[in-house]
Amino acid sequence: MSRFEIRWHGRGGQGIVTAADLTATAAIKSGFYAQSIPTFGTERRGSPVIAYNRIDRQQIFERSPVVEPDAVVVADPHLLVNPKPLGAGLKSGGYLIVNTAKSAGEVREIFKRSDIKIAVVNATKLSMDILKAPIVNTAMVGALIAATHILTLESVAEAVKDRFPSRLVEPNVQLIKQAYEFVKVE
Amino acid sequence: MSLPGWKQLPIGVVILNPGNSVEYKTGEWRTLRPEIDQEKCIRCRTCWTFCPEGAILEVSEPYKTKAGREFKLTYKVNYEHCKGCGICSNECPAKAIAMVEEVI
Amino acid sequence: MGKVLPLGGNYAVAYAVKACKPEVITAYPISPQTTIVERLSEFVANGELDAEFLHVESEHSALSVAIGAAAAGARSYSATCSQGLALMNELLYIMAYVRLPMALTIVARALSAPINIWNDHSDFMSVNDSGWIMMMSSSNQEAYDEILLAYRIAEDPRVLLPVITAMDGYIQSHVVEPVEIVDDEEALSFAPKRRSWVTLNPDKPVTMGPVGDPNWYFEFKRQLWEAMKGSRAVFDEAVAEFAKKFGRSYSAIETYRLDDAEVAIVGMGSFMGTIKAYVDRARKDGIKVGALRVKLFRPFPAEDVAKALSNVKLVGVMDRALVPGSPTGGFLHSDVACSIKQAGLDVRTLGYIAGLGGRLLTMDNVRQMVDVLLKYKDSKEVPKEPIFIGVRE
Repeated sequence: MSRFEIRWHGRGGQGIVTAADLTATAAIKSGFYAQSIPTFGTERRGSPVIAYNRIDRQQIFERSPVVEPDAVVVADPHLLVNPKPLGAGLKSGGYLIVNTAKSAGEVREIFKRSDIKIAVVNATKLSMDILKAPIVNTAMVGALIAATHILTLESVAEAVKDRFPSRLVEPNVQLIKQAYEFVKVE
Repeated sequence: MSLPGWKQLPIGVVILNPGNSVEYKTGEWRTLRPEIDQEKCIRCRTCWTFCPEGAILEVSEPYKTKAGREFKLTYKVNYEHCKGCGICSNECPAKAIAMVEEVI
Repeated sequence: MGKVLPLGGNYAVAYAVKACKPEVITAYPISPQTTIVERLSEFVANGELDAEFLHVESEHSALSVAIGAAAAGARSYSATCSQGLALMNELLYIMAYVRLPMALTIVARALSAPINIWNDHSDFMSVNDSGWIMMMSSSNQEAYDEILLAYRIAEDPRVLLPVITAMDGYIQSHVVEPVEIVDDEEALSFAPKRRSWVTLNPDKPVTMGPVGDPNWYFEFKRQLWEAMKGSRAVFDEAVAEFAKKFGRSYSAIETYRLDDAEVAIVGMGSFMGTIKAYVDRARKDGIKVGALRVKLFRPFPAEDVAKALSNVKLVGVMDRALVPGSPTGGFLHSDVACSIKQAGLDVRTLGYIAGLGGRLLTMDNVRQMVDVLLKYKDSKEVPKEPIFIGVRE
């Protein structure tokens, strides 16, 4: 794998920064060099939030936000109302991974791009079932790795063990596996 | 007197021989000098307490007044360090300390 | 060898401080520094670190207490930034001139007004005359390593100066990267507790910080000039020993593809990483550009900077703090220009002011900077006023 860059879109409170942290942690545990980059505003619960990952075999020098991501993860279906910032810079051949009840075809209609792979998963439903709360960050990590194969399920489960209090490990690992299984890629 | 250069000074703003202010003879600053009248002095220690320079000396020297009162202690002034501020004289409840002109 | 952990810059620093086992930590929270002392308080609370952890009522008190602790002989630590550093200001000078060692981390952040919690170098640069040794890292690993270097250098009897280690707020402090942490014993054997300075001790009393009247004050200033100058050799020794022991090399400056460069960008901090990445890209297009990162800011490595830039035609210096009314607009540019002048070189410089108050810096901004250099590299006159990168006209 050469450089792989990810941009996360969500809302304050959904755990987007944690999702990026988990991804970087799993990558570092797998022997990659990786960065997790939160954006720093005066975010409040509910306001749009962005985070980034860079993953590489080499040390990464860059210190600026990802401009041309290989993958974009959209953790909140409400953000689809304004698709422009979501698709901005997404590379041809890249991945768009969306938490939605829509089909991949319906999402493709919104973005009007035939040169990208689209993955959909109803992460809100899965997290309500398992966590009894609409906290979709770990589910979206599962969807991301299922669609892109950049990291293994085992490495992400390890990262969850590392970063989460012990009572939250099992349900989140279960959620990641479910999202991994149910994601649909087109 | 030549002062030490920066190379001779200890590292940092530190004085390694504490208490060396006794070498600084502030008695030269005095215009009026306190003189304790041993006849009037009641040995109450007030001057010793108030002196900002610690220049009142409490000496184990017996004194017997003309009226026959006997004391084991005597208070004296360290004129090397007394600046002549007059606080002792002002505070003395027995009016036993006079500030008199320094004659040089 | 130690283990590799995914750590944000603040946690990396907290781990390094823990390994150096300070006896006194003083803490007053301020973004983006807070998670350093937060993590240290956890280390103390759960018994991983045996230290007095003092929640003080202000940054002024944080450094006052650290001064007292260092005067009593303790290894001390604190961290702050921005307005907090400004509130510490008068104590910084006292600590340096009484020659008390400690490590203080600045998680670089803009100074008000307007109120701004984001990253630039205004706070760091504002204390550049305080008599502290000052260094700034560009990665979380380097931020970790600087703490070990700081204690080793600060407590060296040939130095006895406090050390500031700085990193960029958020861009480093909150960005997670792999960081190799070393065993506590290894850290302590590299930065042993020297107890090499005069301390307050009832059995051997001294007076610390007395008045210095016109007969005495000047001599202590002169003394510190020499100490700061002499600290450079100790820094070089320390980084050489560090490379031998831990396998990671640092130096006062980091040069990148300067050997045949016609133009070069000089700067400090983590954004130099993006500049290096841009240099690689521009080199592929045949543009002869290089980069120089100043790691050690005080004492300023003037000779190293001049030597590294001696074959460059035009140098662009990026300051991330503005000095209104100064000839160059930035402390870094002034020091670089002066270094070149002192070396008698015919190398011209121009300055950029960039990324103030967290204004986003991108590859495209670096391209702008390099374009300016290419435009002026053969012309007689270069802009005297700083070029403001990324500001709206």
